[in-house]
Amino acid sequence: MKYTDTGKKDTRSGFGAGLYEAGKQDSRVVALTADLKGSLKMDKFADEFPERFVQCGIAEANMIGVAAGLAITGKIPFAGSFAEFVTGRVYDQIRQEVCYGETNVKIAASHAGITLGEDGATHQTMEDIALMRALPGMVVINPCDYNQTKAATIAAAKYDGPVYLRFGRPSVPNFTPEDQDFEIGKAYVMNEGKDVTIFATGHTVWEALKAADMLEAEGICAEVIDIATIKPLDEQAVVESVMKTGAAVVAEEHNMPGGLGELIAGVLAARRPSPMAYVNGGDKFGQTGKPAELMAAYGIDAEHIAEAAKTVIDRK
Amino acid sequence: MANIEELKRISSQVRRDIVRMVSAAQSGHPGGSLSSADVLTALYFNVMNIDPSNWSRESKGQDIFVLSAGHITPVYYSILSRRGFFPVEELATFRKFGARLQGHPSVEKGLPGITQASGSLGQGLSAAAGVALGKKLDGDASRVYVLCGDGESEEGQIWEAAMFASHHKLNNLIAITDWNGQQIDGTVDAVSGQGDLESKWKAFGWNVIVADGHDFESILDAFDKAKESGELPTMILFKTDMGHGIDFMSGTCKWHGKAPSAEQCEQALAQIEETLGDY
Repeated sequence: MKYTDTGKKDTRSGFGAGLYEAGKQDSRVVALTADLKGSLKMDKFADEFPERFVQCGIAEANMIGVAAGLAITGKIPFAGSFAEFVTGRVYDQIRQEVCYGETNVKIAASHAGITLGEDGATHQTMEDIALMRALPGMVVINPCDYNQTKAATIAAAKYDGPVYLRFGRPSVPNFTPEDQDFEIGKAYVMNEGKDVTIFATGHTVWEALKAADMLEAEGICAEVIDIATIKPLDEQAVVESVMKTGAAVVAEEHNMPGGLGELIAGVLAARRPSPMAYVNGGDKFGQTGKPAELMAAYGIDAEHIAEAAKTVIDRK
Repeated sequence: MANIEELKRISSQVRRDIVRMVSAAQSGHPGGSLSSADVLTALYFNVMNIDPSNWSRESKGQDIFVLSAGHITPVYYSILSRRGFFPVEELATFRKFGARLQGHPSVEKGLPGITQASGSLGQGLSAAAGVALGKKLDGDASRVYVLCGDGESEEGQIWEAAMFASHHKLNNLIAITDWNGQQIDGTVDAVSGQGDLESKWKAFGWNVIVADGHDFESILDAFDKAKESGELPTMILFKTDMGHGIDFMSGTCKWHGKAPSAEQCEQALAQIEETLGDY
């Protein structure tokens, strides 16, 4: 593999580092949380800029409204909690106050997906991308490692408009460049290939790269594309890659309804119908377990991606 | 700054606008618009420090109003236009396709004077608290006013915002409850008894004032007292009458979201003096 894991780190710490950096660069950046400062890695920001850190208590709905109000006064608020509690719990608040209200609010969603682990299904959202994608005007970003999450956070602060920034709890490989520039709306080609394209987002990008290694051992050359921005989707990159490879696998730590798989299927159905397979959580809730154990049980890992790649190649 | 006699003349015209807009659109919310007409007239023509010719959503250095009870757009749009935010003639486009005067307030359409979209109840107090906090961070000494309905206060988020505002000492936040005792399905007492609203707001750490929302002396006095709240945010509970000023709309929930017929419109207009000229 051409990528090296420089040491496992959690993507939420990438958010914390990016938030601190954004706060240093721009005094308009403020951070809000609903009693999850430590979990969201906001400690350094809160210590360095205490007047710009807003503790909202366990009241997420109010937090979204307060963030919108702060944005009206010209601030750049990042409102953070667990992904389930800043999407499903407050969908209407985000819809009314942030998207329809056209306020420059960033929703910071940690502990997304099943890799939240032992807390179980109540806290594991596998539906958040679907909800946030459905909102007119919302940008949806799901970076793949610590370095990319840090860069994406800084980019979100500079972007004028609502952003949903999704990241996770567990320590995972950190393999993209340090201090990279993150371009919102750009798909990153991680591996060039010719036989099949693997589209991945978030934690599944590393799994896709591992799958590409496995496939290479069997003589299959897989292209791996990191869909770091889910909305707006880099449609051109998607179509161009599949025109070359002729088959696609979409891997995500999210359920099928409304996820990246359906999104890419829609684009390809209209512009380049091709054999496709999906690696995702299907249509069910999560459960208690260790992150890797859950990803294997739900079929969202390198082995399942490699298997799916072979089936779509057979269908070409 | 309008005096009490002028305020009375303005609110009479505002009431005519409300009835004519809702009648012309054959949809909209006259009841709560009429109950809050006097309070909002006092706010926009006497109390708030605003400059319609130099307005933006941010309006640094100016007072800001957020309408949380988003359905009472007839009174809101009438007052904004009469105060000079946009031409009075535009009231004729209320609830029409393509209009800036959407059924509920929209910022997307760019109507001057609208600080935040609203309509889904219980959310505007949070947004107003955010604006108040932003003003504090900026050292901006101006104030933030927000109007909620009493029925709206059944939303849990109102009480989340209540805790937040007192905890963060937002004494630049002045909230108004249009305490008309009515909501869509009946009286507030019958639908979801709220108990002692005054004690509830006090218990949440607010400076609470109760006033008559149809008496301009009482209204102006309440807004004066609101400015002397120490570190506390202020809630003014304005006792009002749903549908106030029109006999057959008064004191009932029936006109919450119902348009009068042409005949009823004439009957209503006969009860309200045209003071500034109909649009």
